[in-house]
Formats: sequence, C-alpha cells, structure tokens
Amino acid sequence: MKEFRVSAEPINSSELQRSLNDAASGACVVFEGWVRDHHEGRAVLRLEYEVYTPLAEKEGLKIIAEACELHPFNKAVCIHRSGLLEIGECAVWVGVSSAHRDEAFKACRYIIDQAKVRLPIWKKEYYAEGDAEWVNCQRCAEHGARDGQELKHA
Amino acid sequence: MNIKVKYFAIFREATGVDSESISSSAATARELFAEARKNYPGLEKYEAALVAINDEMAGWDSPLNDGDEVLFFPPVAGG
Repeated sequence: MKEFRVSAEPINSSELQRSLNDAASGACVVFEGWVRDHHEGRAVLRLEYEVYTPLAEKEGLKIIAEACELHPFNKAVCIHRSGLLEIGECAVWVGVSSAHRDEAFKACRYIIDQAKVRLPIWKKEYYAEGDAEWVNCQRCAEHGARDGQELKHA
Repeated sequence: MNIKVKYFAIFREATGVDSESISSSAATARELFAEARKNYPGLEKYEAALVAINDEMAGWDSPLNDGDEVLFFPPVAGG
C-alpha cells in the first residue's frame, strides 16, 4: 500500500497508524509535523496551507515510490493538510511499516524531506503582531538536494 | 500561441491574478516567466522555484506549445 492525500480535515493519527498494520512488518515509523507557536523568533498564531492538489497528489505518490525503491518497505502513507491550522494541529503525517526498522526510518525520512521541497504546497504564517508571511523553507531545500543525489546513485 | 498561466501563493498576491489566458511568443517556460515579470512588476523581486506544464513538473527550458497550461510555483514550504 502506497498512499498520498491532501486533507482539509484534521488528521486522525491512530486510524492512519492502524492502516499500516501488516503481518510481514516488524517495524513502524511515524513522523508528525505539528504547527508550532514560533518561527525565527516571532510568535505565530496560526498557519494556512495552500495546496495545488492535482499535482501534489501525483508528485507525492512519486516520492513514496522512490522511497520504496531506495529503502524497500511494506506500506507507506503520507497525508498533508490544507487550509487554516491552529497551534498544535498535525500538518503532515508520514507513516511507514517494513520488515526491519532501518528501512522504515530511512523511507520515512526520505518521504518527509522530499515532500517539503517538491510538493506544490505553500505555508503562510500569521504572527502575533498582526502581519502574515509566506514561508520559504531554505534549510529543507538543502536536505532535499542531498537526498536527490542519493536516488541517482541507488 | 495561446497559453493559460496560473499563479500560486505569493505569486498570486504579487500579480493580483490567479489565472489568465495570454497570447505569447515565448519559446520556453523561462521566457514566459520573464514576460510575466515585465507585465507584473510585483513579481520581479521573486525567483520562481518551480514550474509545471499541464500538471507535470517541468524544467525551465521546456518548450511551450499552443494551449499549454503553465503553473508558476513560488518556493514551496510544505510540512
């Protein structure tokens, strides 16, 4: 099972984790990205995600397929939220189950790193001072470039 | 040729346009973005991170064809 979805509704972590159950899997790694109340020293009140869903879902499935090629696993799911999110909400959920832990850790890391730099998703932060800004995730872009190299050499 | 162009997030705010149909002689996505920057001075300070053509991620030197839909994506920030 390989699934990628964009969701306007809150993410149900326990339900998603159950969907990764697999008799052949001895490991399950889950990453959750949460909405944090600060960014680069500024107090953040809430976030808004704009998503171009047709392409995000297509590219998201490609990322999961690449992760499976690099680090073979049994099941993987990635869900990304769209719309307005409050502090503490889950913005992105990635879960991978595999026979052994190494593949699950590595595939999960690959999926979240690539998702952050390749999916047509934009994050707007609303600050306590009343203004708002679109975030450009430069540090993540560096991670993504490294992992892309890894795929080429696989 | 006729091209449909879509702008997202900060590009939409900078142009005030989410979608437009234009007549262009741009040979590549790069040339089309350069044209857009001339039409919308608000775009000039931004480097486009990614471009897609007909719902497929594309390179900046991808050729354009009549009827293409070109999507200009500002630097993405998922997660």
